[in-house]
Amino acid sequence: MRVDGKGLIDRDIPVEFSFDGQKYAGFQGDTVASALLANGVRLMGRSFKYHRPRGVLSAGSEEPNALITVGRGAAQTPNVRATVQEIYGGLSVRSQNSWPSLQRDVLAVNDLMSPFFSAGFYYKTFMWPRSFWEKLYEPVIRRAAGLGALSGEHDTASYDKAYGFCDLLIIGAGPAGLMAALSAGRAGADVLLVDENALPGGRLLGEDETVAGVSGPVWAAQVVAELGEMPNVRIMTRTTVTGAYDQGTYGALERSGLHMADGAGVPVETFWRIVAKRALLCAGALERPIAFANNDRPGIMTAGAVRTYLNRWGVAPGRNVSVFCNNDDAHRTARDMQAAGVNICALIDSRADANVQGDFPTFTGASVTDTKGRLGLSDICVSSQGKTQWIKADCLAISGGWNPSLHLTCHTGARPIWNDTIAAFVPVPGAVPGLDVAGAAAGVFSTKGALKSGAYRAKLMLDDLGIKAKPNPTPKSDDTPYGLTPLWAVPGKGRAWLDFQNDVTVKDVELAARENYASVEHMKRYTTQGMATDQGKSSNVGALAVLADATGRSISQTGTTTFRPPYSPVSIGAMGAGALGKGFAPERFTTSHMATLEDGAPMIEAGLWYRPSFFPKQGEKTWRQSCDREINMVRSAVGVCDVSTLGKIDIQGKDAAKLLDFVYTNMFSSLKIGRVRYGLMLREDGFVMDDGTCARLGDTHFVMTTTTAAAGEVMKHLEFATQCLHPDWDVQMNSATEHWAQFAVAGPKARDLVNAVLDTPIDNETFPFMACGLVGVSGVAGRLFRISFSGEHAYEIAVPARYGDSLFRLLCAQAGALGGGPYGMEALNVLRIEKGFITHAEIDGRVTAFDIGMGRMVSAKKDCIGKTMAARPGLVGDGREQLVGLRPVGTVKQLSAGAFLFEKGASASRENAQGHTTSVGFSPTLGHFIGLGFLKNGRARHGERIRMVDHLRDLDVICEVGDPVVYDPTGGRTRG
Amino acid sequence: MADLIAKTPCEGLLPLSVGTCTLSEVLPDAITSVSPQSGKTRAVSDALKKARGLGFPSPNRATGREGARCIWFAPDQAMLVGPIPDPIKGASLCDQSDGWAIMRLKGAGCVDVLARLIPVDLRASVFKRGHTARTMLNHMPLSITRTGANSFDLMVFRSMARTAVHEISGAMKLAAARKAQ
Amino acid sequence: MRITCPHCGERDLREFTYRGVALALDRPAPDAGAAAWDDYVHLRDNPAGMTRDLWYHSGGCGAWLVVTRDTISHDVISSELASTARRATK
Repeated sequence: MRVDGKGLIDRDIPVEFSFDGQKYAGFQGDTVASALLANGVRLMGRSFKYHRPRGVLSAGSEEPNALITVGRGAAQTPNVRATVQEIYGGLSVRSQNSWPSLQRDVLAVNDLMSPFFSAGFYYKTFMWPRSFWEKLYEPVIRRAAGLGALSGEHDTASYDKAYGFCDLLIIGAGPAGLMAALSAGRAGADVLLVDENALPGGRLLGEDETVAGVSGPVWAAQVVAELGEMPNVRIMTRTTVTGAYDQGTYGALERSGLHMADGAGVPVETFWRIVAKRALLCAGALERPIAFANNDRPGIMTAGAVRTYLNRWGVAPGRNVSVFCNNDDAHRTARDMQAAGVNICALIDSRADANVQGDFPTFTGASVTDTKGRLGLSDICVSSQGKTQWIKADCLAISGGWNPSLHLTCHTGARPIWNDTIAAFVPVPGAVPGLDVAGAAAGVFSTKGALKSGAYRAKLMLDDLGIKAKPNPTPKSDDTPYGLTPLWAVPGKGRAWLDFQNDVTVKDVELAARENYASVEHMKRYTTQGMATDQGKSSNVGALAVLADATGRSISQTGTTTFRPPYSPVSIGAMGAGALGKGFAPERFTTSHMATLEDGAPMIEAGLWYRPSFFPKQGEKTWRQSCDREINMVRSAVGVCDVSTLGKIDIQGKDAAKLLDFVYTNMFSSLKIGRVRYGLMLREDGFVMDDGTCARLGDTHFVMTTTTAAAGEVMKHLEFATQCLHPDWDVQMNSATEHWAQFAVAGPKARDLVNAVLDTPIDNETFPFMACGLVGVSGVAGRLFRISFSGEHAYEIAVPARYGDSLFRLLCAQAGALGGGPYGMEALNVLRIEKGFITHAEIDGRVTAFDIGMGRMVSAKKDCIGKTMAARPGLVGDGREQLVGLRPVGTVKQLSAGAFLFEKGASASRENAQGHTTSVGFSPTLGHFIGLGFLKNGRARHGERIRMVDHLRDLDVICEVGDPVVYDPTGGRTRG
Repeated sequence: MADLIAKTPCEGLLPLSVGTCTLSEVLPDAITSVSPQSGKTRAVSDALKKARGLGFPSPNRATGREGARCIWFAPDQAMLVGPIPDPIKGASLCDQSDGWAIMRLKGAGCVDVLARLIPVDLRASVFKRGHTARTMLNHMPLSITRTGANSFDLMVFRSMARTAVHEISGAMKLAAARKAQ
Repeated sequence: MRITCPHCGERDLREFTYRGVALALDRPAPDAGAAAWDDYVHLRDNPAGMTRDLWYHSGGCGAWLVVTRDTISHDVISSELASTARRATK
């Protein structure tokens, strides 16, 4: 019911939205909850386990009951709190966990079976037969119990992320936060003021109070206006700080577009990672209910929420409002509601000595012991001095006191401490370095106390930051003391709810205690108390008070469960904002990318790089046809392949050669200028790390190449060697990978092709195998390396990347004239397998130089990284699996990579494995499959026949073991 | 013999404008890595000053101005952006002219765009004109230098230019939408 | 978590790569014996409390750092360049 003259909504702007298909009217500034209440709708959901009818309990993000699904299809978001979701024209929301309708929910039958659904129900009931769990029990339980459902489609909503930095982060813009921001802002500090609500003001918006002679909301608006004028203050609304992390890092979720109909490119949510030199938690406090029989009906709400709906949204949640409390604060609800013309049918205060003033029926030393009303509250049963009576009420405002919102102070492991005066946990000082607490979050509950506390704590922080601040006088404001006598649960029969969201009752907690789940963490898991979206914000303290009572301990001795981030739910979409598609990993493109795509080559990923798989020609139907042709082309004419992705590290300095001797197993200080050498690099544990070539361009100038995959790792390794092991060596390193576009030119006609683009032709004398030098490439200063990864006469020709596209096109065109063309990764792979050249398929981190037959490359004349450990017993010898070549010789002619090797007579099981295959391919040159693999004592077993078994691909192949090099073993073609 | 045709790292990608910000490509004559050899930093700085009028930068700083800037890049390493340098005694030089794409983000609110991409503090009071940082643009290695109140130069690997433009333009759109909200 | 790079200043954890205890700075001589090498390459304490670790500023300037931190409180106490720390051990 809407109340005239109250509330901060804009009554000039009506807004229409729908709930479960029914259209409702509200105003700009309403939440779904306030608008539904204004329309007399109390039933908003069904409970998790028993499918009990439920309405709103709260007016904030702590809401356990009123969870709704917003939107449809891919854009559907479940478990949105109706108390948080603002309405806008066209908003469509649905209730959850009911079928066929919210009013007539078939599974409400669960409520009748509640005696069977006590704590530990699942553990006790569904233990056997074991096989039933996955097939029967779990699906049935999942269907019956639950929260909202995901759409099952990709979330198409747009999410955003951002990094924020500030001197002082103020969390919460209630009286304490506003006062703190004012002090810090006026002092010139860089302030970020963050508030969960659409409107700053906190409790001031929900109360009927004056501050500095004006109403609370007006004072808040004045402060916000002043802060808005300060360039050093930023205010973020609709933003919840969800977690406190190490070194002043905070996570925050901004509901940037969830309150709007048409996004116009506005992301629905933005996840902030904020780094603050200091932070002040001014998150206020949350009211807790009292447990009594049937205390969960729609219409039963916290007392603070009831008057917040009135004062902030101009809504009376009922026509006959009753109040049940253990403290003075809740009396305001009766006062405010009566002043607004709402009938107060009873105020029940559990304290015999309570001082209640008001013109309505009052009961002191009394309690509510039961309620009636199928889909919403109709009557309450009041017990007073041994007598009970039923009173008509459609709204019951309950208050068991307030709990400081101290969650963030516990996110890095601290536990709060119990304060008897306010019967609540309060934050322990210094819990999170750099984070202080002010106002109600620190247990200071009066408005004046909060204002004062905010200013005082801000001043301390400013002092800490070395910022001078003038004292700000505390505005004249309410300073009523907060008096309460704890009451957690009213004794009596019937189910009294503690945790509304998980349907946990007082009996469940008591049962847990009786069954010896007496630790608060055990009780939580046994009963599900405090789980799911609200994380027990309104129920945890009550539950552990009941547990304390049941186990004969104090609340302080019982302790709390662990507070973990996030404070309130964060959608995965927001946390992963920016990480979809290209945001997941950068794409690295070579300069030949466009030309390659124009040739129709499918691309494969090599790390972050994209490289061509093969270059299909007209008439070729399978990749093998293209691959075979490209291999033949390289073997008979010439092929061109972009090898720019290989890491190129420019190494200069007096001690450059010394560094290379240290990181490579073999000697590089002896390498002549203008020559290239193959090098093998070990990790310190003796296993092979990477391989590649290194060219000497000058006395103190080398260019190292790494594999594509290990470029970053090798750079890091070199930095480690120079910075951590030999900081006094005079070496300068630079990754030059990106500066050069480099192309392999391979085949018997390689020199013809190279000479076609060089300014000055070369020959075998001036440019023999393993030579390198500076060359002019069509008028551009480039580099030429005579190295080969194919076993053919080959070069790698490099030009500055700006010319890469042009040179690639030129090389391909010239190659065409020679009967050649570009080749892709498939052909490159077979070409190198034919030559027994290794890649990371072979050097997978578990093999030694000895294993790959390069034991002699570990120089005896010098130390190098990995040398000592590589010589360990067990890393050399007959027991090692050694690199071998394989070819099929039985009826099955196919090989596969990753298959296991067995002796012919042995069964193909794990314990008999003699090794495995690493790389295979069909060699058109030889006319059969060839493979590389590792075989126990393999070098001594050339000529032997073994079984290759691939259980996954169902292959069982007889192979002959041989030398890894099956093509041109003497290397004559390379040198020719 | 055919002449080779040069392509810029962001060819076909830039310039672009969204809202109040523009992203454009910067094309210096050269980018050269300058690494002083052990104990030669002072000498190299003096040589640079003499030849180009700018010193070797201290960490997180860029010296010089538009057209000739020396940007700190790593311990004992800076990038000379602009002029093609003659050999400098006591320094190892490495041509990086084609290794990096340089993009300039300019316009009111460009800090809001960058706040969506870069995990460092770019507040004007902290990160001033002439300040530079090696950090990341989402997952990409980055060098960022403030060149004005609302102007930043961003350097990413040439191979990542397309992804970088995609990411920056996406952030420009989000920032513009938020601004218009 | 935030780590201060002596060059770049305080930066987010995402810019750093972890390597392990700073013992890696003290590489034994080739003939130091199996026990010394085993210790250097494999054996690691798992302290509850103070630890000196090597971190690589991979997403920044490429410096290797020695970071002293507390594994219980997550305090980052100090950081220095690994090159400086290495020189100090010689």
